[in-house]
Amino acid sequence: MKKVLLYLFLSLSGILTIAPFVWMISASFMADGHASVYPPRFFPDESTLIQYQILFTRLNALSNFFNSLILSVLVTAVSLLFNSMAGYAFAKFRFSGKDKLFTILLSSMIIPAQVTMLPLFLMLKYMGFINTYMAIVIPGLANIFGIFMIRQYAISIPDSLLESARIDGATDFQIYWKIILPLCKPILVTLALFTFLGTWNDFLWPLIVLTDNSMYTLPVALANLMGEHTKDPELMMAGSVVTIIPVVIVFLSLQKYYLKGIMMGGVKE
Amino acid sequence: MNSRNNNVKALVFFLGPAMLAIFVFFCIPVLSAFVISFTDFDIYSLGNFSNARFIGLRNYTQLFEDPLFWIALRNTFFFVILAGPLSVAVSLFSALLLNAKLVKFKGIFRLTYFMPVVTTLIAVAIVWRFIYHPRFGLLNYLLSFIHINPVDWLGNPFWAMPAIVLMSVWKNFGYNMIIFIAGLNNIPSDLYEAATIEGASWWQQFRSITLPMLAPTTLFISLITMIGYFQLFAEPYIMTQGGPLNKTLSIVQYLYQEGFRWWNMGYSAAIAFVLFFIIFLGSVIQTLVQKKLKHA
Repeated sequence: MKKVLLYLFLSLSGILTIAPFVWMISASFMADGHASVYPPRFFPDESTLIQYQILFTRLNALSNFFNSLILSVLVTAVSLLFNSMAGYAFAKFRFSGKDKLFTILLSSMIIPAQVTMLPLFLMLKYMGFINTYMAIVIPGLANIFGIFMIRQYAISIPDSLLESARIDGATDFQIYWKIILPLCKPILVTLALFTFLGTWNDFLWPLIVLTDNSMYTLPVALANLMGEHTKDPELMMAGSVVTIIPVVIVFLSLQKYYLKGIMMGGVKE
Repeated sequence: MNSRNNNVKALVFFLGPAMLAIFVFFCIPVLSAFVISFTDFDIYSLGNFSNARFIGLRNYTQLFEDPLFWIALRNTFFFVILAGPLSVAVSLFSALLLNAKLVKFKGIFRLTYFMPVVTTLIAVAIVWRFIYHPRFGLLNYLLSFIHINPVDWLGNPFWAMPAIVLMSVWKNFGYNMIIFIAGLNNIPSDLYEAATIEGASWWQQFRSITLPMLAPTTLFISLITMIGYFQLFAEPYIMTQGGPLNKTLSIVQYLYQEGFRWWNMGYSAAIAFVLFFIIFLGSVIQTLVQKKLKHA
């Protein structure tokens, strides 16, 4: 009896959690006006692709999609390189002031991103990078949280392994490339996932530095569209589906790494 | 000597790029923001930085006389105080349920509850905007089954912020749930076995084993939840634009408007530092309270 109640409750909560997504997908396949009915429908009466057609032809969402994709991949690749190199140095190099520097870096994580936004905007404007990919990539080059995660992981790699490679004549770079990176693969995948999803989902910063529809990422384009098409739930839902589907696919295929990463140290979105 | 030089070279090579990036694009901006907050940096300074003048603490004193800032402050605190504990409670509750021994298919339930976390905030805020629609929305439809009359959730000054709270809890509880599950799994099971032998009820075990053992996890979760919630922006930006009657205007939204709509960057930088100060203070207070509770 207790078991039945428990399952009933869990399933009901599950359905309630998923319901917004089901409604979103169903409404995205409806013709204009068909989602504005009472009671709300969870299946389109007659499905149509017209909203997606409008999105990709008239509204040019494909370029927004590619902006999001290219930026997410670019930021992930570059930050992974920078963070893993620094994480390796913090884990395995000996130099004076290392612990102090690391502590300072960690404690600075409490500073909210909004503090840096204004001067960063002015800097990028001065460099002529506003409304370019560089405006997103530059602030994402390295991040303290990523360095921390890799350092925590790399610190457990035995020194004897690196020592014997060095005796065999391996350079520091070879050690990093051929020993550290392969051994750190799980954490690298986790970090790549966080960074990719974080960049894809980011809103406030792209809203500030991207000023032109052809440069917008999907979330910014969607927010912009919302202003003009408040009365078109069907079109807005199609836009939401296009924005959400890629992250859901990426997450589902690598969920093990994602959930493990959260358990490891917890992350801020 | 030679090997020492090599070490320095390697250090610069591996640590240099990240440290340089963090220094130039994080440290310098933080310091500059602090300086800018003491100037009247505005749209005229945007073209020529030398148009900005030092005005001492005037941005800060003006801020404390600005009724809109107080409204934003009150709204944000209201949001944090309501959504923070609620999020943590729902996360803990769902973690406890999923950790129960009877439950099979844990993975599926976990994944389902986690789904909102990974999805794009802007997209789900748009979806929820229609869920809250007074005539065709899903929420009013569900509530009609228990005979509650339709409410204009986002258009009603009383309900707009609670509506944003509900959506935020839905969006975020899966994240903390995962951390709680990890915390629960770290509690040694012989503690429960001993308690069961001594005849302790489920509630007694929860109060004297689960809660104290989870304290560090709870502190961590409360902290990251609070820090994240103080930065509320996208939900009101999409769902209410700060309305109705400024009832959902948040600190970050006000900062964004002042800084990037009206280009009052000096004023906006001051808002950013007040936000930083609040978050810092909140973190210290929470850590102290937790320590007190532990020793009590």
